[in-house]
Amino acid sequence: MFDIDRWQEIYHVLRKNKLRTFLTAFGVFWGIFMLVIMLGSGNGLQRGVTQNFGDMATNSVFIWTQQTSIPYKGFPRGRQYNFDNEDVIAIRHSIPEIKYLAPRIQAGGFMQTNNVIRGLKSGIFNIMGDYPAFNKIDPLNFTSGRFINDLDIKDKRKVAVIGSRVVDFLFTKNENPINQYIQIQGVYFQVIGIFTSKRTGEQANQENQNIYLPFTTLQQTYNYGNAVGFFSITSQDDIPVSVVEEKTIRLLKKRHAVAPADETAVGHFNLKKEYDKMQGLFFGIRLLVWIVGTGTLLAGVIGVSNIMLVVVRERTKEIGIQRALGATPWKVISQIVMESVVLTTFAGYFGLVVGVGLLELINFLLGSTGANTEMFVHPGIDFSVAVTALTILVICGVLAGMIPARRAVSVKPIDALRYE
Amino acid sequence: MIQIKQIHKSYITGQNSLHVLKGIDLEIKAGEMISIMGASGSGKSTLLNILGILDNYDSGEYFLDGVKINRLSERKAAQLRNKMLGFVFQSFNLVSFKNAMENVALPLYYQDVPRKKRNLIAMEYLERMGLKEWAHHLPNELSGGQKQRVAIARALIGKPKVILADEPTGALDSTTSLEVMDILQEVNATGITVIIVTHEHDIAMRTRKTIRITDGNITEVIVN
Repeated sequence: MFDIDRWQEIYHVLRKNKLRTFLTAFGVFWGIFMLVIMLGSGNGLQRGVTQNFGDMATNSVFIWTQQTSIPYKGFPRGRQYNFDNEDVIAIRHSIPEIKYLAPRIQAGGFMQTNNVIRGLKSGIFNIMGDYPAFNKIDPLNFTSGRFINDLDIKDKRKVAVIGSRVVDFLFTKNENPINQYIQIQGVYFQVIGIFTSKRTGEQANQENQNIYLPFTTLQQTYNYGNAVGFFSITSQDDIPVSVVEEKTIRLLKKRHAVAPADETAVGHFNLKKEYDKMQGLFFGIRLLVWIVGTGTLLAGVIGVSNIMLVVVRERTKEIGIQRALGATPWKVISQIVMESVVLTTFAGYFGLVVGVGLLELINFLLGSTGANTEMFVHPGIDFSVAVTALTILVICGVLAGMIPARRAVSVKPIDALRYE
Repeated sequence: MIQIKQIHKSYITGQNSLHVLKGIDLEIKAGEMISIMGASGSGKSTLLNILGILDNYDSGEYFLDGVKINRLSERKAAQLRNKMLGFVFQSFNLVSFKNAMENVALPLYYQDVPRKKRNLIAMEYLERMGLKEWAHHLPNELSGGQKQRVAIARALIGKPKVILADEPTGALDSTTSLEVMDILQEVNATGITVIIVTHEHDIAMRTRKTIRITDGNITEVIVN
């Protein structure tokens, strides 16, 4: 390896026809470069989309009411109904597979006039009534204070957890909103917590405009009786969420006299299913990237092999001299293989560096221009992928050198010496 | 040193078979200096190549220093060439990207002698050839005579038993030819067997024995 004569020979061979060496190296360079860029972009896309989920538990399902579509037990079709507090107890009681159950009710906030007032300032915000469990299913980032707790629920306290955008609207910069009072749809609430969303882009903006109140407080204060808007549910860690989804829906249908065959009466969204779909998509993208990337790389490596064949032919006589002087076949083969490995590894390493550099540049530009990058976050490749790519390169270099090297020693020394 | 018995060699080109050597018998003792003469295509170069283990023969027997040479593996052949034989070619066959010293050191490189040591030895041999100041020049900066002297130094550095020279003066002018022959005679004087293929009479006359080959047979052995 640290044999000066070897490196001298490699240097001589690669320098002899610089344009040819450059073009050959470019093939390998381009292969690795493309692989890095495509893998990095795929990762960026995946990170962007995954971040849109925030920290939401992926094994969760959301269930809400819709119009019935089948007449049942004397009720006509097209009936509207509501979930209620008894459902919460029933679900808790009969479905042990559930880990977190978070009923929610929403007190308007959309398409309305200003519903939240503080002094002279006012704004339109979404008002949610929630249980503490919700912060386990779709966690928020607390900058100060806390989320709703069990005592808030039990005592029906008039407390509010508000998003950072709500703070911007209702408070001046120097004010500490904690323990201050804000008027929500005519009733005063004390601010106990401030959060920011864990999502990105527009979704984060939306979430930061939310105000969370204790579920029980909201139900009573705004006259919702015992109605429940929707359920957020996560399953126990070892149980698929689809089991919980199915059991809960069956139970709710029975309790509200909905035909078991009615597909539309209970609306539901299985996040796990969506998440899996997305994972499948990203797996597909990654597979495609590897196929295309390694294909490009292979083309580069075949180019190297081809050029090495030409080089070996050009150097037939020189190799003949070396063999006449006592170079064993192994010495000749290892020399040629090493030339090939050096060429591929060097070009490939360069491609890797330039590819990663470009990804970092894109990163920097995305960060510094503040572009809306909801779908594309921190493109880049893992270190292990880079190591894998380099290993593949070295192996490819060996294989690319092997055929020409064998060709070189398959010629009889005397024929090699006579070659002009 | 060299014994060959009934060596036959044919070249097959397509449908035609060319019988080049038709049963050569030859014995060369250690320390001899002989020349092989013959017209083009007489088989003299083929004989030299077989002696140099650069080519195979079809039938017969070849003993080099008591070792039977027959269908050796390439590895074994390379090692034998490295240890036993030194080659001097008409066209010098120096490696273009190595300087004179590195060219001379090449056989030792294949014996895995460390670089410093082999370069030191190479300098000694270059000095013997009077080329010390040319050690760091590349072959294309040397004259024909200098190149051939480098080639001879390279042939000698492995301390071979036999030097095989294929038209060593073929590409040189007459003065330089004489110089090269002087060197080869000096080499022979140290006890190394020297075999020279040539078609020049003056050159052949300076060896002790001349073997004439005609159409694949030894037709004449002249003691000079």
